[in-house]
Amino acid sequence: MGLVARAIEATGTPTVCLTAARSITAAANPPRAAFVEMPLGYTAGRPHDPAFQTDLLNRALTATWSITEPGTIVDIGVQWSDDQSWKDAATSGLDNGIRHADGDSRSPRLEEPQYQYESDRAAAEAATA
Amino acid sequence: MDLSRPVDYIARTTEQYSALGFEPYQWAHRPDPPAWAPLDKPLSESTVLLVGSGGAYREGQVAFHWKDDTGIRHIPTDQPASDVRVTHFAYDLEPARSDPNIVFPVDRLNEMVADGTIGGLAPEALACMGGIYSVSRAEEELAPAILDSMAQMPTDIDLVLLVPV
Repeated sequence: MGLVARAIEATGTPTVCLTAARSITAAANPPRAAFVEMPLGYTAGRPHDPAFQTDLLNRALTATWSITEPGTIVDIGVQWSDDQSWKDAATSGLDNGIRHADGDSRSPRLEEPQYQYESDRAAAEAATA
Repeated sequence: MDLSRPVDYIARTTEQYSALGFEPYQWAHRPDPPAWAPLDKPLSESTVLLVGSGGAYREGQVAFHWKDDTGIRHIPTDQPASDVRVTHFAYDLEPARSDPNIVFPVDRLNEMVADGTIGGLAPEALACMGGIYSVSRAEEELAPAILDSMAQMPTDIDLVLLVPV
């Protein structure tokens, strides 16, 4: 998303990237980023915790207006938990430190649409028929 | 590792690939300074466009596939997150399917518009699939598709909020 942010900003629209992967975002070097200490898959908060999610977005958007130097990443002080032991096992695949996956921690790169529900497939086929 | 430090996913992925006998993945590295467009309104007067790479789609749309899908999906933001589906090969889908706001925070953004924190939300959000293996395909296919969609939006966008996974 850092590369996309750079491309958007180059057309004149300001951007901010949320990120839970600081090193990846630092390498891509987007104009503005807000770093959260969250496992991958939880960039915008804990599930079913609207107060946490709102606080995260408020901090990220407030930080956005504080950035004056292109390429800045602000740590907005959001943590998954005071217990940071999840970081020990976290990888960029399905083993995000919260859930453990055996073996290769990425799902196969399937070339067919991967629907959440089988009924979505029928709905999509009806819509495109 | 020092648990007070952010997880270095570049180093972790290199270790993981090495253990599997693969060459290190070449992450996008752009040391040259990014373009800069100033924010010229306060947040409370700004219209925000949500762009999420968690693989969100809506019922009736073709879902993303998991092999470098550089397509995008337009998702109306007047619909609740509970109507949003997600699909992705590289993160645990179960929590995001239970509450899509954790990768596609449309409910929270609508609430922030309602309480005056944010000026407005673009009528459609843009969803894409992260984990495009080829950096050049991300730059030459995905980014232009997002720019084309933005150019066709009837609303002026003051800030794009990008939410990766």
